[in-house]
Amino acid sequence: MQDDLIIDGQALNSRLFLGTAGYPSPQTLVEAIEASQCSVLTLGLKRTLLAGDNGFVAQALQAAQARGVRLLPNTAGCRTAREAVQLAHMARELYGTHWIKLEVVGDEHTLQPEPFELLAAATELGRAGFAVFPYCTDDLVLCRRLLDEAGCTVLMPWGAPIGSGQGLINPQALRTLRERLPQATLIIDAGLGAPSHAAQALELGFDAVLLNSAVAQAREPVAMAGAFRDAVRGGRQGFLAGLMAPQSFAVASTPVSGHAFLLG
Amino acid sequence: MSTTIQIQLDEQALSLPAHTTLAQLLEQSQRSPESVATALNGRFVPREARPDTPLHDGDAVLLFKPIVGG
Repeated sequence: MQDDLIIDGQALNSRLFLGTAGYPSPQTLVEAIEASQCSVLTLGLKRTLLAGDNGFVAQALQAAQARGVRLLPNTAGCRTAREAVQLAHMARELYGTHWIKLEVVGDEHTLQPEPFELLAAATELGRAGFAVFPYCTDDLVLCRRLLDEAGCTVLMPWGAPIGSGQGLINPQALRTLRERLPQATLIIDAGLGAPSHAAQALELGFDAVLLNSAVAQAREPVAMAGAFRDAVRGGRQGFLAGLMAPQSFAVASTPVSGHAFLLG
Repeated sequence: MSTTIQIQLDEQALSLPAHTTLAQLLEQSQRSPESVATALNGRFVPREARPDTPLHDGDAVLLFKPIVGG
């Protein structure tokens, strides 16, 4: 069954977006990209005075090009809308894409997005022709304003703080987002630690997941990339198939009537 | 009028001839134009605008390049 995810007019044949940071070697990164069958790769920008990267970026770009994987540069490290807007323009020039994962952090401990700066930056970048993927919290009002005021069509609410591996720590808020924003493309970004977390996100009706550390920091990153690939597929298929409604009492699944035996 | 200007390139002090452009600065520092993105005093300068962007005394130039990220 054809089940592409359409973003910005582009058909994506995988609902797994993969980050490129923290892998033990460039070769492992390339093999993880292959195993994940991801449709989107995230990258970043840094100041040139910092040390080199031992070929990670070159290998990632090569792997992406060979497999038709889209690039999604981020604005990691930004604390203000002004910074994020400037970095987004640089990313567009360096990576040749108008897609931008907009990150504006407001708290150093949790790396929680700064909602006011995020909205301002998303609005300005939308006017400048970017397809903005804002990394946001699960706050419904913020998400609605990102859609209605900033013109975003994709939102990336967190499952949990970046790199924490906790999974979906507030599934009720995420359910509400999905129910209240049916027109939005919703991608869970950050905090996933296990394949089951990804499956849960897809089962809740989220359109895709973006993860990095869960694969990069696994004992076997390539095997974990494959596990997430399968979990995303399973979760999506489960959502499409329609999960049964949970209930608080037992219902026998085997259609016996009465007792099987009367003993004694 | 001074024939040289003092700027900061990636937080390093640098003395340049007056009227040096951003494009000439990159050439002088042996960076290919496509390999970096440029910011002048905190504002992005597109690649095509670098030849028409003269540097002034006290300017701060930052260079950015791709990196892995999540």
